[in-house]
Amino acid sequence: MSVDEPTVRKIARLARIGIADDDVAPLAGELSAILGWIEQLGEVDTAGVAPMTAVIPNHLAWRVDQVTDGDVQAKVLANAPDATSGFFAVPKVIE
Amino acid sequence: MTALTDLTIAGMKAGLAARDFSAVELTDAHLAAMEAARGLNAFIVETPDIARAQAAAADAALARGDARPLAGIPLGIKDLFCTEGVQTTAGSKILQGFIPQYESTVSGKLLADGAVMLGKLNMDEFAMGSSNETSAYGRVISPWKAGDSNRELVPGGSSGGSASAVAARIAAGATGTDTGGSIRQPAAFVGISGIKPTYGRCSRWGVVAFASSLDQAGPMARSVADCALMLTSMCGYDAKDSTSLNVPVPDFAAGLTGDMRGRRIGIPREYRLDGMDPTIIALWEQGIAWMKDAGAEIVEVSLPHTKYALPAYYIIAPAEASSNLARYDGVRYGLRVTPPGGNLADMYSATRAAGFGTEVKRRIMIGTYVLSAGFYDAYYTQAQKVRTLIARDFERAWEQCDLLLTPTAPSAAFAFGDKADPLEMYLNDVFTVPSSLAGLPAMSVPAGLSADGLPLGLQIIGRPLDEAGVLDAGLAIERAAGFTARPGR
Amino acid sequence: MKPWTVKGATGDWEIVVGLEVHAQVTAQSKLFSGAATTFGAEPNSQVSLVDAAMPGMLPVLNGECVRQAVRTGLALGAQINKWSRFDRKNYFYADLPQGYQISQLYHPIVGEGELAIETEDGARTVVGIERIHLEQDAGKSVHDLHPTMSYVDLNRSGCALMEIVSKPDIRSPAEAGAYVAALRQLLRYVGSCDGNMDEGSMRADVNVSVRRAGEPFGTRTETKNVNSVRFIMQTVEVEAKRQVGVIEGGGSIVQETRLFDPGSGTTRSMRSKEDAHDYRYFPDPDLLPVEFDDAFVGDCLASLPELPVAKRARYESVLGLSPYLSAVLTAEKDTAAWFEALLAATGKPEAEIALRAANWVSSDLFGALKRLGLDITASPVSPAAGAELLALQADGTLSGPLAKQVFEIMLETGEAPAAIVEARGLKQVTDTGAIDAAIAAIIAANADKVAQYKGGKEALFGFFVGQTMKAMAGKANPAAVNERLKAALA
Repeated sequence: MSVDEPTVRKIARLARIGIADDDVAPLAGELSAILGWIEQLGEVDTAGVAPMTAVIPNHLAWRVDQVTDGDVQAKVLANAPDATSGFFAVPKVIE
Repeated sequence: MTALTDLTIAGMKAGLAARDFSAVELTDAHLAAMEAARGLNAFIVETPDIARAQAAAADAALARGDARPLAGIPLGIKDLFCTEGVQTTAGSKILQGFIPQYESTVSGKLLADGAVMLGKLNMDEFAMGSSNETSAYGRVISPWKAGDSNRELVPGGSSGGSASAVAARIAAGATGTDTGGSIRQPAAFVGISGIKPTYGRCSRWGVVAFASSLDQAGPMARSVADCALMLTSMCGYDAKDSTSLNVPVPDFAAGLTGDMRGRRIGIPREYRLDGMDPTIIALWEQGIAWMKDAGAEIVEVSLPHTKYALPAYYIIAPAEASSNLARYDGVRYGLRVTPPGGNLADMYSATRAAGFGTEVKRRIMIGTYVLSAGFYDAYYTQAQKVRTLIARDFERAWEQCDLLLTPTAPSAAFAFGDKADPLEMYLNDVFTVPSSLAGLPAMSVPAGLSADGLPLGLQIIGRPLDEAGVLDAGLAIERAAGFTARPGR
Repeated sequence: MKPWTVKGATGDWEIVVGLEVHAQVTAQSKLFSGAATTFGAEPNSQVSLVDAAMPGMLPVLNGECVRQAVRTGLALGAQINKWSRFDRKNYFYADLPQGYQISQLYHPIVGEGELAIETEDGARTVVGIERIHLEQDAGKSVHDLHPTMSYVDLNRSGCALMEIVSKPDIRSPAEAGAYVAALRQLLRYVGSCDGNMDEGSMRADVNVSVRRAGEPFGTRTETKNVNSVRFIMQTVEVEAKRQVGVIEGGGSIVQETRLFDPGSGTTRSMRSKEDAHDYRYFPDPDLLPVEFDDAFVGDCLASLPELPVAKRARYESVLGLSPYLSAVLTAEKDTAAWFEALLAATGKPEAEIALRAANWVSSDLFGALKRLGLDITASPVSPAAGAELLALQADGTLSGPLAKQVFEIMLETGEAPAAIVEARGLKQVTDTGAIDAAIAAIIAANADKVAQYKGGKEALFGFFVGQTMKAMAGKANPAAVNERLKAALA
């Protein structure tokens, strides 16, 4: 699979990673090489094979519905780049 | 008398118990070694004050006679483990200055068992790398050099700081994490032992996630017995991790025998690659001979989907990573970069562009791509089906054998910059990735030296939950190999 | 019946509506963390380190949320999937800390079901349910506290939601309203969601498209987060009309996300997400599949109360109530529970007392509660006291007007009706001697009216009743008054 430059830009936008214009072409080349190599997976006959869901057979345990956590506002905000009046502050969101 | 820093954990325990030295003395010796070896850049954060306080507490417990199993043992903690009150960065700039308000389950269990934390160990950024060149805090250097060459060598990755610190006798042992070989490959590169237990044995709670379905913590130390000691403390069910296995944890150290009689050792034919380094082949054959000598039966087995393990891994791991790393957005912790007048979306892009390194960005891009509309089934679903087939290969092999013996890595440690092509770097994980995909316990044990005197490791892979069997085979190799070489610095 | 249509300049347009209702699951703690879920707390105080998506934090499933989703599915007669799975829906937003929402795309916990609805004009229809899945709620961004910054509160982040997706079976604003009302009623009966739309516990994404009769579905728009039945109906109507206007004006409908603005009563496009929603769903590797057995489903089924449709049918067929009364009394679970407690407290066969009890509840009790601004659960009069009052009426101790008087005192003082009757001498007089005496006096004093009555002006009978009751201070038995008056005037 050859990844073109518009695709690189689209993927970068989806991943919210700003990329410099100069980096787009080299990245397109690298991703193309890696994805080209990955494509050999297509050779494998997987008809009737279920995708793996649990690496080691295990059963999902359920929690009892009790309040056991929270009420730790100071811890939640301790590392915030910008916290005001108990909120996280971010540049204005426009809907 | 042997330098305190040269002792194994077992030796330290004995010395502490016999009052030959105190935990504070032991810790001070390691802190001095840490200072002397700063050139290796093995630590991102050194925590001498915490270490001394913990050592003093260990001495008190020893004096009272209620010392825990790892009382006073100086360990390094990989910077992927969140440590309460101590900066945790996962080797990334995006987490610079992040002080967790919580302690990871695994590091917490080690500390509860009396261990002393020397500091936070450098690593490839978000554990993505096989050479430690991707850390935002500078590359870790291996204490080894090849022959007469003066070139600095990689310690392997991603647990390169762990490997380097243990090999250079700065730490008695260290925690590592292994997603596709990140404990085993660096252990092999620096001549120490390391085990990745069965997926689900060690809680992932509080460990910065790379690829959730693959990440497993494990110990790295200078002997198999030391790995067993640490592993016993690190394992255990944790209700806070839904993928944790609710099964009893044996005392791995107490059960260690090294007895191979009656064990069937499988040799997977597909691991013999075209154009493989003859030194590696010779080492492997030597390992087979040692196993035979130790009373094991050798069986050739086939793992037919082996060649597809790496491409499957490089879909699954980046896909999970692209999602796991979405939380680093500059809102709640870590780096925030806001372009002047920028809105929220601008802040995200700028923060992540500045905070993530090249390899991490590359993998996020791959992961985003393979999950994006129209590609999901062809890539991700197919990879998870191939993963099922790879796991099935192992299940079939277990019908014929109890353990598998393979090389750990296709080469000895290389020099910085030698593998500039990402694909070439990825191929370094060829022997470690299949067992990661199948969630199996696997360990690397130092078994010999390359022509220019660099350590080489052999890998043992076991059935699910058979860490004890893996450790026994590791011990058998350790005894047979008599590996005593040590790095120059 | 003729379908509801938008009358366009070029003809009639049918509408096709599907609703995705987000209902907050009633639970003490969040879907994947132990933080509390109560409404209106200090910002970021009901947030665990898991909800804040701190590095290395992991989700652990709240079993109660699974149970509530299954109970809701059973109440909708839906397929219950004993194997389901959580997927990650990846997108970036300030109030989505993980950078993904844990949801269920590929394998939802509940499959197809249906909900019977009835619009206000009495028309009945059935709306198909496509699926119900469990997912995390997002946090909340506050945009109006600062000129250039938005503030993020994660208290809601991670609360469990059921997304209940209807089939595109709804064909009018009234049906949309009836569907949401019926769903809300059902959820409240089941106890899986409190249905408080003003607290955001229930809100809907409204999918609308228009087409000419008989044509295939048109392109739909999705109007997000509409939070009242009225707004949902309004959204359907204005959005359908807008679409007709666009198409008839030569334009075409773009598949997009819109917002309803209650102020202007219009919808507007959300500043377009240029990435056209590539959510990159994949199974959450931090969680295993959700599995349970038939016994679990059986327990969930056994725990369901009598549901509104069944209850309403029983009120009609067994209790003999009118469709109107049955609907009124079953509209809310709490009302029905109060009514049934009242029936039980009377100690009488239900069918015998039901009509009188129903009339009393729907007129006297409801009137009083409305006046006092109280919910039935806060009624100052208990079902037992209500039953006592009904009994006093039934045995003739109290006349209708007297019963009303006693009820007012009950509301005010909380005293028991018998005690009120005793203490204030409000007992009805059935002593015909006293009544006859009063009647004799009235006839004597109103000879002219007696003559008119006897001359055929029968409407005057009411006058004599009124006068008699007045003379008796309202305590006379009305039946006895009637009987004695008729005899006296004959």
